[in-house]
Amino acid sequence: MSDIVLRTENLTASYDEHIAVKNVNLSIVRNKITAIMGPSGCGKTTLIRCFNRMHELSPKARVEGKVFLIENSNEVIDIYSVDPMLVRRKIGMVFQKPNPFPTMSIYENVIAGYILNGIRLKKSDADEIVEETLKKVSLWDEVKDQLRKKGAFLSGGQQQRLCIARALAMKPDVILLDEPTSALDPVATMKIEELLEQLKNTVTIVIVTHNVGQAGRVSDYVAFMYLGELVEYGPTDVIFTRPSHEKTEEFLSGKIG
Amino acid sequence: MANQSTKKLELSKDSLFNLLLVVSAVLLVMLGVGFFLSLFQASLISLKEFGLSFFVKAEWDPVQERFGALPFIYGTLLTSFIALAISLPFSIAISIVLGEYFQKGFFAEVLRYLTELIAGVPSVVLGFWGLFFLVPIIRELEMKFDLPPYGVGIFTASLILAFMILPYSASIGKDAMRLVPNELKEAAYALGTTRWEMIKKIMLPYARSGIIAGIILSLGRALGETMAVTMVIGNYHGIPENIFSPGNTIASVIANEFTEATGEVYLSSLMYLGLTLFIVTTVVNIIGRFVLKKLQSQR
Repeated sequence: MSDIVLRTENLTASYDEHIAVKNVNLSIVRNKITAIMGPSGCGKTTLIRCFNRMHELSPKARVEGKVFLIENSNEVIDIYSVDPMLVRRKIGMVFQKPNPFPTMSIYENVIAGYILNGIRLKKSDADEIVEETLKKVSLWDEVKDQLRKKGAFLSGGQQQRLCIARALAMKPDVILLDEPTSALDPVATMKIEELLEQLKNTVTIVIVTHNVGQAGRVSDYVAFMYLGELVEYGPTDVIFTRPSHEKTEEFLSGKIG
Repeated sequence: MANQSTKKLELSKDSLFNLLLVVSAVLLVMLGVGFFLSLFQASLISLKEFGLSFFVKAEWDPVQERFGALPFIYGTLLTSFIALAISLPFSIAISIVLGEYFQKGFFAEVLRYLTELIAGVPSVVLGFWGLFFLVPIIRELEMKFDLPPYGVGIFTASLILAFMILPYSASIGKDAMRLVPNELKEAAYALGTTRWEMIKKIMLPYARSGIIAGIILSLGRALGETMAVTMVIGNYHGIPENIFSPGNTIASVIANEFTEATGEVYLSSLMYLGLTLFIVTTVVNIIGRFVLKKLQSQR
């Protein structure tokens, strides 16, 4: 395949006794949108939480196998052999429920990654990052006069875009989105989907969704997971028109899910 | 018919219960008001004699019947705030340990139990312990620093107080830390934060108003604490020169002298002291609540 940014090798993840992800081999293509779809409980969220080592924060969580991050310079990082903090700065994450920091202003939320990691930014640099990132998520015009306010008055969709901005501000190679629109209304969902399309030039996007329509609309590649296993993976148009696996077809047609 | 009568019965039970609640509530309010009024009435003689100068005069002379509460107000506030300053780092540390690192499990249970146990130690026992164990240590310390080696004094009282109020602020602080939503912690981790930075920059700011509520509660407790303080503060009637000097708090003076207050003015002055403590505690609480409200509205 073409330019790979993230690759897993025999990745298996479990909680206590329960194996959530079984032996997954997956290669994510750079600057494309990859959707990971499947019914609830199929392990799709666990899978992406292994990519930025968030899975190991859960009690009794275990990961086997390897995940490689291939940076632009063709430098390969085995993410389970380096500091997890470093991995998480290179691979950002956006969650199901919008979760901006309520104790921080909108401005601080955007550069929260720098604040939390104790990276001092010059005022002019910080201003630039905030403006540039908020423009990227099309939030700048809506909040530019209220940057010093806390984000509580923002709508759910705006809050989620703020969270995407927060992840983008760290200039990651990949951002992982865990069902980012499941708590949002259709209009806000559409805005986020449009946004992802614009963002893929600068960052690789992996989005988890249980919504077939969304996977079809936004993704270039799609992976279908069922009961912890990767059933099928390929270009979205191919999978959606000619799925080679029976389970995939059943999911796409709404028989399971 | 039968149906109707049961309905009636239920209705009357309900209104009876309502009446009971209203009576209890009114009684409680009356109790509070009555308490204040009787305290006020009992201090009337002293109030007429000294007026508001009672608060600013540093004189306590039962023989000539001249009374002023300034050294005791000063002593009360000083011991309470020093105690607060000493206990704060410990209470925040316990809040962090029990609110984030050990939320359940054997160690968490043991630590929580030990902290709550402190609250159950009778004040007189703590005072006794302080007198025989803490005072000699403080005396050694004072000799090293070339201070008069009293042993007893403001600082010793503050130490005991700090120990006594710790469970209150620690327990509320722990609850406040546990209330920090998991999503926020995850968001911080996903940005590559270490656990400590997450605690410092996400959890503590989020739990701030809860932690401050705990501090206010423990301050209220420190202001009125009597027995242990009386035993180790040195019972000196003047304004203490420094924090190692002996002194007195409002509560310790009342505890020490109510049995020997023979004169009318003397007894009334002690009542006036009680009223003063009541006012000081109320004012501190109001300020605390105001600060808390301000902090909460900022969020």
